[in-house]
Amino acid sequence: MNVLSQAWGWLTTSANWSGSDGIPTRFLQHYEYSAEAVLIGALIAFPLGLLTGHVKRGGLLVTSLANVARALPTLGLVVLLVVVMGVKFRAVMIPLVALTVPPILLNTYEGVRNVDPQLTDAAKGMGLRPWQVLWRAEVPAALPLILTGFQFAAVNAVANTAIAAYSSFGGLGRFVIDGLATTDYGMVAGGAFLIVIAAILNLVIFAVLRKLLISPGLRQKKPTT
Amino acid sequence: MRSAGLFPHIPSYLGTYGSLIQQQLTMALLSVLFGLIAALPIALLCVRYPKIYPAMVGLLTVIYSLPSIALFVLLVPSTGLTQTTVIIPLSVYSLAALVPNIVEGIRGIPEDVRLAAVAMGYTGARRLVAVDLPLAVPPIMAGLRVATVGNVSMVSVGTVIGVGAFGALFTAAAQLSRSDLAVTGIVVIVALALACDLLLVVAQRLLTPWNKRRSA
Repeated sequence: MNVLSQAWGWLTTSANWSGSDGIPTRFLQHYEYSAEAVLIGALIAFPLGLLTGHVKRGGLLVTSLANVARALPTLGLVVLLVVVMGVKFRAVMIPLVALTVPPILLNTYEGVRNVDPQLTDAAKGMGLRPWQVLWRAEVPAALPLILTGFQFAAVNAVANTAIAAYSSFGGLGRFVIDGLATTDYGMVAGGAFLIVIAAILNLVIFAVLRKLLISPGLRQKKPTT
Repeated sequence: MRSAGLFPHIPSYLGTYGSLIQQQLTMALLSVLFGLIAALPIALLCVRYPKIYPAMVGLLTVIYSLPSIALFVLLVPSTGLTQTTVIIPLSVYSLAALVPNIVEGIRGIPEDVRLAAVAMGYTGARRLVAVDLPLAVPPIMAGLRVATVGNVSMVSVGTVIGVGAFGALFTAAAQLSRSDLAVTGIVVIVALALACDLLLVVAQRLLTPWNKRRSA
């Protein structure tokens, strides 16, 4: 029996598309978990990245923090928090947020820090205050790198929300875990396929954001050296 | 009695610290190594044909978004409950960190350096090995560090198919409601990941003595 045909069979069974454990409900749940993780991660990482990038200091702090966050095993954190606090929303949010912090933090820091000094000097020379320099010169110029960081965070969150299901949470990971428990490989592959769809949706959203937000002057291809 | 210490006694059916550390590192480092071996030709292809590079990055990002938990399970019918089943997906994931860094590293070599190398008679594979790759070491190492730290930590997900090294402690922690086992697993995994990272930083210093005076 081919896993792909089993997955197709599972995806095209109409019973799997309705109810509180149907595909649409699980998909939305999955998206909600991962979007919230990105938002909370951004609340922590974005200001810190802006600050350290703007003053061009704290690089060691930023990279160490990102490194430790990356080294944290998501599965272990989920299990630990569920054992300690029970099956609560926070128990799954904290590990996911830990995953979204490193890319947002690093890319914001690197992006803002490496803005051409001529640009920031010109902004200062025009009489902009430090926070105006940050918002009106540095952030727009660093936006391509910052958006890449957010995109990585979003893809990370979508992929790892699957792990949340290991400790009886919802989302598309349910299909993977329950499929494993009942040796229904069609369900496992179907669930994985839907998670990839969610990730691709994210890539599309970020491609649109790039079109909308990045200043046209920055979009021109720079000649390589 | 449960031990409250940081390094409690691991139930013997899970293994010993020594055996688990060995398994964790074997799977993580082999997958980085295989990833690197596969990433080099892919990256060189992208340098040679820049048009395929954005598509390649997109493809790698999509593959990276495949949940490890699902890939492990889906590989079981073909490769069984073995370390290979964990190593294959992790190797593929590490491509997402390695390929872009190798490409950017080689592209970032200043034109005058490249021309000087050509003028000195370096061509083809010799220039690649003697000039391009050494100069691209810093970005390649940055990619290797990300891949290594991520893989050391992600090996633990292998516990869903019974091959997760320290991940076994997480399964046991969930089944027995023992937070001390989960804490032990997390602490050891983070320590292993950061130790590998430190070794790579030292390796980079040794590989690029000419960068010593410049800050990272």
